[in-house]
Amino acid sequence: MLTDRLASWLFIVGMFFTGFGVPAIAAGADDHALVAKGEYLAKAGDCIACHTDPGGALFAGGRALPTPFGTIYSSNITPDAATGIGNWSADDFYQAMHEGRFPDGGLIYPVMPYASYTKVTRADSDALFAYLRSVPPVNRPNRPNDLQFPYNNRQLILGWRTLYFNVGEYQPDATKSAEWNRGAYLVQGLGHCAMCHSPINALGGTPESRAFQGGLIPMQNWYAPSLTSNKEAGLGEWSIDEIVGLLRTGVSHRGAVYGPMAEVTFNSLQYLSDADVRAMAIYLKSLAAGTPPGPESSGVSSSESSLLMSLGQTVYQARCVICHGSDGSGLPPDYPPLAGNPSIQMESAVNPIRMVLNGGFPPGTGGNPEPYGMPPFAQTLSDDEVAAVVTYIRAAWGNQGTAVSASQANALRKVPLD
Amino acid sequence: MSGRLVCAVLMIVALPTIWSAASAQTPKAPDTLEARVRACTPCHGVQGEGTDNDYFPRLAGKPAGYLTNQLIAFRDGRRRYAPMNYLLEYQNDDYLQKIAAYFSALRPPPQQPSVTEASPAVLARGKTLITHGDQMHGVPACSGCHGPKLTGMEPGIPGLVGLHASYISAQLGEFRYGTRTAPSPDCMQLVAASLTEGDVAAVAAYLASQPVPADPSPVARGTLAMPLACGSEPH
Repeated sequence: MLTDRLASWLFIVGMFFTGFGVPAIAAGADDHALVAKGEYLAKAGDCIACHTDPGGALFAGGRALPTPFGTIYSSNITPDAATGIGNWSADDFYQAMHEGRFPDGGLIYPVMPYASYTKVTRADSDALFAYLRSVPPVNRPNRPNDLQFPYNNRQLILGWRTLYFNVGEYQPDATKSAEWNRGAYLVQGLGHCAMCHSPINALGGTPESRAFQGGLIPMQNWYAPSLTSNKEAGLGEWSIDEIVGLLRTGVSHRGAVYGPMAEVTFNSLQYLSDADVRAMAIYLKSLAAGTPPGPESSGVSSSESSLLMSLGQTVYQARCVICHGSDGSGLPPDYPPLAGNPSIQMESAVNPIRMVLNGGFPPGTGGNPEPYGMPPFAQTLSDDEVAAVVTYIRAAWGNQGTAVSASQANALRKVPLD
Repeated sequence: MSGRLVCAVLMIVALPTIWSAASAQTPKAPDTLEARVRACTPCHGVQGEGTDNDYFPRLAGKPAGYLTNQLIAFRDGRRRYAPMNYLLEYQNDDYLQKIAAYFSALRPPPQQPSVTEASPAVLARGKTLITHGDQMHGVPACSGCHGPKLTGMEPGIPGLVGLHASYISAQLGEFRYGTRTAPSPDCMQLVAASLTEGDVAAVAAYLASQPVPADPSPVARGTLAMPLACGSEPH
C-alpha cells in the first residue's frame, strides 16, 4: 500500500519534472529512443550475466547462481505474459529495482542486486523496462530455487533487509563535479560493483561502512580486491586514461582484467560510452586517493626464501620468462607486468595462484579483439611448483607479498571453473 | 627557398628515425597469432602436434572449420572440458576462426606413433571397422567421411591420425552419452551409439598405431560421398 502510494507519488513527481510533456504512450521516435536508452542501461547493469543462461535465449533466465545458502535460478525477464514479466507495469518493475519486491509484495532474494539498483532513478528504470518490453518474449517457466533449510524461507530476507538494505535513489554530492557524480551513480547503482568488491559476512550482507573494501567472492573463489586501498585494486595511483583503458578494453599498462572481472568488461563495460567510463574512472580514482601505495605485508622470510624462492625462480625461468621477462616487467599491455603489480602482492594470494593454475585470456573487446592468452599450468606444475612460483613472483623485484603454501595451491585446484 | 627545402627534406629523413627510436623504447609483444595462442601450446604442442598427455589432441592439419566448431562449442558449453570452457568464455567468433585457421595450417615434422599394446586381433577388428565398417550393426566405415588417409575433409570433418587411443575412446564415449554434441543431425552420436565397448577400444588402438601421413592435409570439400548426413558438414 505504502509502496503503491510511493510509486504513484514518484510517478507524479516524475511527470512534473518532465513538464507533463511526455504522453503515456509516446510516439514511435520517442519509443525508439527510450528503448535504445534502456538497452544501453541494461548493458551498464550487466543484466545478461545472470538473466541469460549460456547458450540460452536472451533474458529468459534459468542460469544457476550458486550461493553459500543453495542454488538460486535467475528468472525470466522477457515480456512473456505467462512465464516472464509480460504482466508487469513500469511501477512493478521500479518496485523490484528500487525495493526488491515482486508485484505482489513478496521479497526478492538479494542475489538480485537491488541493494545497488535502489539507487537507479525512476527515469532510468522506466527506460530499462521499455527495453525489456521490446525483446522477444520467451515461454520458459522459472525454475524453483534449490535452497537449504532455513534459507528457503523468504521471510528471512526481512532480517537481511533490516541489517543491510537502505532504500533510496542516488543522492548527488554537491561538493563534487557532475562527472564524479555520474561515475558514482553508475558504480554504486547499475554497475553493482559492491556485490563483489565488498566483504560479505556470514549473513550474506555487507555493512555500509565496509563498502568497496574487497572480499572473497563466495562460491567462485576469486578475491575481488578492495577499491578503496592502493595496496589492492585501488586506482588512486592510476591515470584516468589507464583506468578507462582497463575497464573498456580489458588490458592496460598496469595489468589486465581476469576472472569474474573479465565477464564484466566483456558483457558490460566495453559497451559503455567513453564519457560514462571516464566518469566511473574519476569516481573510482577518488575512492582510493590518499591511501598509501604498495602492500602492507612483510615479504617472504629468509628461511622460506632459500627453498621456495630458488625453486620458484627455476619454474619462472622455464615457464614465465618468455612473456613476463626476467625482471617481471612484461610487455604491457599484452604481457602484463608482475613487478610492482598490487594484484600479485595482495594479502590474499588466491588470484595469483588461480592465474597460474587456470591461465586465461582477457576478454575479446572492441578495443582489444584478439587478446594474448596465458596457459593454464594446473596440468603441468605440481602443488609445490605452483606454490614456489607464486611465492617467487610475490617477493621478487621488490614485490612485498607473503609466501604461499602447497596446500593453498592444492585447495584451489579443486575449485570448479564454471 | 632552398633553406626551407633542406629543412623539409631533413624532416622527412628524420621522422622515421624518431619514429623507430620511439618504438624501440617501448617494446611490444609480437603482433602475431603465434604469440597470442601461447596459452594453447603447453597442452597442444608448439606446432599443434599434441603432447605426450593422452587426453590433449593434436590440432595441426585438422580442417579450420572443424577447429572453429570445436572452439565455439567449448565457448558455448556444447562440448564440456572445464579448462577449455574457461579459457574461451569471453572470445568472439572472428578471433576463434583465426585461431582455428592458424592451427589448421601448421605442419609439424612427422612423429612416430606410440607403441600399441593391443593384440593383433584387436588391431585387425579396428582396421576392419575403419575401412569397411560393420554393415550388420549399422556402422559406416570411418574412412567414408574421414577420408582414405583418415586426414579428414574440409570444412568440418577432423583427421583421426596423430591422436592417442585414450583421447579417441574418450571422445567416442562422450558422443555416445551425449556430453559431446554437434549440430543436428549429430551423425557421430549415431555412429558411437552403434559401437560396442570392444569396437571403441579396437578403433582407438588401430588409429593410434598409425603414422601421420607425409601430407596430413584434409581432402577437399565434397570429395567423399558421405554415408550419413552431418550437421557440421554442410553439402
